[in-house]
Amino acid sequence: MTTLDSGVDSLADVTSSEDRLRRFLLGLPGVDQVGAEARAATLSTRSIKTTAKAYALDLAISMIDLTTLEGQDTPGKVRALCAKAKRPDPADPTAPQVAAVCVYPDLVATAKHELKGSGINVASVATAFPSGRSSLAIKVQDTQDAVAAGADEVDMVIDRGAFLSGRYGLVFDEITAIREAAGDAHLKVILETGELVTYDNVRRASWLAMLAGADFIKTSTGKVSPAATLPVTLVMLEAVRDYHEATGLHIGVKPAGGIRTAKDAIKYLVTVNETAGPDWLDPELFRFGASSLLNDLLMQRTKLATGHYPGPDYFTLD
Amino acid sequence: MSRFEYAPAPESRAIVDIKSSYGLFINGQFTDATDGKPFKTISPASEEVLAEVSEAGPADVDKAVRAARKAFEKVWGPMSGKDRAKYLFRIARLIQERSRELAVLESLDNGKPIRESRDVDIPLVAAHFFYYAGWADKLEYAGVGDDPQPWGVAGQVIPWNFPMLMLAWKIAPALAAGNTVVLKPAETTPLTALAFAEICQQADLPPGVVNIVTGAGRTGQALVEHPDVDKVAFTGSTEVGRAIAKSVAGTHKAVTLELGGKAANIVFEDAPIDQTIEGIVNGIFFNQGHVCCAGSRLLVQESVYDEVLARLKRRMGTLRVGDPLDKNTDIGAINSAAQLAKIRELSQIGEDEGAERWSPECELPANGYWFPPTVFTGVSQAHRIAREEIFGPVLSVLTFRTPQEAVEKANNTPFGLSAGIWTDKGSRILWMANQLRAGVVWANTFNRFDPTSPFGGYKESGYGREGGRHGLEAYLAH
Repeated sequence: MTTLDSGVDSLADVTSSEDRLRRFLLGLPGVDQVGAEARAATLSTRSIKTTAKAYALDLAISMIDLTTLEGQDTPGKVRALCAKAKRPDPADPTAPQVAAVCVYPDLVATAKHELKGSGINVASVATAFPSGRSSLAIKVQDTQDAVAAGADEVDMVIDRGAFLSGRYGLVFDEITAIREAAGDAHLKVILETGELVTYDNVRRASWLAMLAGADFIKTSTGKVSPAATLPVTLVMLEAVRDYHEATGLHIGVKPAGGIRTAKDAIKYLVTVNETAGPDWLDPELFRFGASSLLNDLLMQRTKLATGHYPGPDYFTLD
Repeated sequence: MSRFEYAPAPESRAIVDIKSSYGLFINGQFTDATDGKPFKTISPASEEVLAEVSEAGPADVDKAVRAARKAFEKVWGPMSGKDRAKYLFRIARLIQERSRELAVLESLDNGKPIRESRDVDIPLVAAHFFYYAGWADKLEYAGVGDDPQPWGVAGQVIPWNFPMLMLAWKIAPALAAGNTVVLKPAETTPLTALAFAEICQQADLPPGVVNIVTGAGRTGQALVEHPDVDKVAFTGSTEVGRAIAKSVAGTHKAVTLELGGKAANIVFEDAPIDQTIEGIVNGIFFNQGHVCCAGSRLLVQESVYDEVLARLKRRMGTLRVGDPLDKNTDIGAINSAAQLAKIRELSQIGEDEGAERWSPECELPANGYWFPPTVFTGVSQAHRIAREEIFGPVLSVLTFRTPQEAVEKANNTPFGLSAGIWTDKGSRILWMANQLRAGVVWANTFNRFDPTSPFGGYKESGYGREGGRHGLEAYLAH
């Protein structure tokens, strides 16, 4: 299997039939679990200090998709989140704004209104999030609703049941259908890696999503444990790097769920830098799906600037 | 700053207290040398003089061996295994307590990155003492007879690539088995051995059980040839190993030799590609390639040659070469000017023989001894760089077409210390491992060590095993 020298044409070819797609995905090089985890652990030992840390903290903030995905979400909660997205640290206007605010489709209009003119995108989870267990018609409708309400980015979930039973063609067709329904909106495809379990599956699902037209591949909904992990993100970063080698296209990566500290976020940035390369250190190509991460980044940022850790009450809850 | 550039993150040297000069450690005391000239040990990363160290002459070696003999007969030999274990456990815990200090000292004196001394060397050192401490009262269960006995005085000579780890490999099983030791560290890296002498004092180890004599080849020769040494253990070059084998031939001395290597790291077309690249990098660039079991001959199946090479070069471009005390350094300094000259010479020979040389662009520090990570392609079995141990960050790449050919090429070397196999096919791993004439065969990993696992060579890589139950056996007469 050579991923590096397969050109665009041959990749178009592999999606021409279910059988070919299946053979391609099963022919991808395997991932050795021990080795992948050891590599991620090594990348975690990079020591990021002073100027590099300041750079990393601001970069991480600018990559956040500030997220609320609860049944109890209200327009008020979303408005508060949008205010925070625009000005994360009320005490320090130099703190960068986040990349996007991510909400359920029915709250897209509220978020869109609040964020008007800010340059911050509105992302919406559509496609019967988080399980994805409904008909394609409903998923398409869900997506169209979100886009009609103004969503700039759509986060879709894949049908994990279909993937695990080997019906790759069905997953492929669903992603292409949503891709079409999403129109100009950026499409992020959630693999829910915690349910795919093996790294081989993660690599296959990553390629499947990219072949079907994903702009981003995303680890998790945040509703399944384990959510994002560093080794899973490493495998996905290797996939986008190889896809870029093969096609020249840049696909983004978004780990989501469970990244809560600045220390963790920096480990992810190091992994991006040394795996996919510095080109991916950009909110266009890397995002954090997180809600509680932002405050820790702000706290570390203040510590760098003043030498002291402020208390948690010096930052807004939402 | 538009790119993510890691700021320097140097580990503090403040934790280490290096004395301006060191004596020899004989009979539990630091003593002045009687008949040798002092020499200097330097930091290979900066050429800064770290300390002056005594050279032990034959009279000093004799004193050390006598002290070891007395301790063996009066204290350590008669002591119960249970009590010996207590000392070994105490030493292991002290190593853990002082691990940061030892890691910094090791990186300063040797030039290896702190990431490795901190995360690999010193934890393994402690693990070896813990492991052999557990054996001290169970020698009759080691499978070498009902009543195994220590040899007596062990004379041990260790190299400069893993100064503290090689010390642990030698001293821990020797003491657990009831031997006393006289150890000579390498002349370029004596400082952690001298710190270990302090740890012996701290642990209240009876005087004479461990003696450290510093010096170069002359000191080692005096130790190995001393008539009252019962067991010789050496790790180092094949050339010196051959001389030792000659000198102990016909004497009563037991001997183990762990010598050079030219390991084949074999990559099949179905290998887990990204982990394989990491394994290749770890196999040859770990510890600047100063590893006797380094995977210095890469054998790649022809069908994936282009892809493996492209990925390997890209990965080599991300390696960070520089200050060993910087926590972000991947490749540190070459240990000595002499070793650097040897690496340069052999690399030049590689070019002269027609192999193609490649290194990523990297800036090397102005002072100290440095060599960039280097790969040679177009190498054939007949090239010197494919046959001789370079002992530096230099990889030779060869190709093969069938598993049988891979085995033949891998075994076509005077050495046989280690080998690596990269494939997703389990049956092939087992088949290959049976064919390869190497003491260690790693599958889908490389340079992995554990105190429970025996290590040693075939052919010119030496004889005897270290580590595990086998390593204990080498210190027991039965």
